[in-house]
Amino acid sequence: MVKLKKALCKGYLALIIAFLYLPILMLIVLSFNNSRSRVTWGGFTLDWYVKLFSDSRILDALETTLALGFGSAAIATIIGTLGAVGIQAMKKRNYQVVMAVTNIPILNAEIVTGIALMLWFVRFMPLGFTSVLISHVTFNIPYVILSVMPKLRQLNLSVYEAARDLGANNSYAFVKIILPQIWSGILSGFFMALTMSMDDFVITYFTKGAGVNTLSTMIYGEIRKGIKPQMYALSTLIFVVIFVILLITNFLPDREKQQAEQSLRERKAY
Amino acid sequence: MKRKYLSAPYLIWVVGFILLPLVTIAVSALMDKNGSFTLENILSIIDPINRQALLLSLGIAFGCTVICVLLAYPAAMVLKSLHLDKKGFAIFILILPMWMNFILRILAWQMILSNNGVLNLLLGKLGIGPLHISNSWVALMIGTVYDFLPFMILPIFNAISDIDEDTIEAARDLGAGSKAVFWKVILPLSAPGMVSGVIMVFVPAMTSFVIADILGGGKLQLIGNIIEQEFTKSMNWHAGSGLSISLMIFVLVSLAFTMKNDLKDKGTTVW
Repeated sequence: MVKLKKALCKGYLALIIAFLYLPILMLIVLSFNNSRSRVTWGGFTLDWYVKLFSDSRILDALETTLALGFGSAAIATIIGTLGAVGIQAMKKRNYQVVMAVTNIPILNAEIVTGIALMLWFVRFMPLGFTSVLISHVTFNIPYVILSVMPKLRQLNLSVYEAARDLGANNSYAFVKIILPQIWSGILSGFFMALTMSMDDFVITYFTKGAGVNTLSTMIYGEIRKGIKPQMYALSTLIFVVIFVILLITNFLPDREKQQAEQSLRERKAY
Repeated sequence: MKRKYLSAPYLIWVVGFILLPLVTIAVSALMDKNGSFTLENILSIIDPINRQALLLSLGIAFGCTVICVLLAYPAAMVLKSLHLDKKGFAIFILILPMWMNFILRILAWQMILSNNGVLNLLLGKLGIGPLHISNSWVALMIGTVYDFLPFMILPIFNAISDIDEDTIEAARDLGAGSKAVFWKVILPLSAPGMVSGVIMVFVPAMTSFVIADILGGGKLQLIGNIIEQEFTKSMNWHAGSGLSISLMIFVLVSLAFTMKNDLKDKGTTVW
């Protein structure tokens, strides 16, 4: 009876996971399909992967997407980390006000954020790569702040004070003492920002102007004429790369993480 | 140098790119084509076509949120019961799909649900169907639930995982059966996670326009579609701004019912 219940539970979870991955499987299959039709199987082929590398429009869009993703995530990480350190030192009231504003881009409807930014940009600059970059930084910063903040709260400040007492100056103590303690939060903020930027469509769509295309906006523009199968090939490649990276970072036993967990457990024990 | 000055660049950013754009859209909403003050744009949300779109959006968002909670809660419980030594695995499984482009994934659903799609092919082999659900609200609902389900599972899973095992054991020791443990201990303690999940699902589900564009076949108009068309097709920016402001007010009001805890569960632990 207990065994049956357990099997049912696992079966349910498997169904949910199947639901989440069914369309992905479908897209991967299509990337190997030797037929332009989306419903019939025309045999296995690697053609689309070959053609992908000579399709300059798709490669341009990929470049824009990556430049936006890494650029906006990097800028957001710097501004957001400094911001979080500063916000934490604020008086309670200012702290609450700033954190409430920080939540706006996450809570507000994407379409409203996108349109508001667009209306603001057209007052003083042409829409283009820069306006999209600024928009991505804007919706990325909150993710950085929200993942750095908890690390700052766990921070052991007495080590920092000890370093200052022993003659370290402000910035040296920050780099040597504070930064290592909040590093994991900064990293997860960076990758969260990267994920959000690469997956964004709505805000890019409203702020991009003519001539700039990310993978998302390009796909959206192609819906009516039909998606090029090269796009399935590219998406499959991106997916596999991220899958491998995530697998390595999450499941290889890495010492640094174990040490971090160990110290966390010790702190909890106190 | 004082520590709080480090936040200066961020505060400048907040004013320049969060607050001022919102002021701009509000100003644009309150103006007519000639630049004089009007409330017409904001009130146009109650025009029959817009009102119908708003109601459909609300219905889809409400249904999607309820279905997501019902699907997500058991899934989060099972994930927790697997006793993975690392939280990472569950989050990994849920975040990974986001790396396949979201529009492509919705297009894949269109292919799966279409009249001669994979679903009907499979049902046909079982002797059922064919079902005609493409371009209907059923397809739209499936796509919406699909897109936002991970954002419901994650916070609920985090909340359930954070419950101290000792609390559950204490309840058992004091004679609670597994039903009582669930209703009196686990459910109340995981409620904040559910609230985060509801916020993260309801608002985007109500305001999205891409899913309806693809799975509704142009027949189903959500309020997001109407706003998008004001900007891209009818080029009536003031009307679009007005509807956006009404939508924002609507969202804020519905959030006011559920808010009060900040969003700390947007899945950052996977990295």
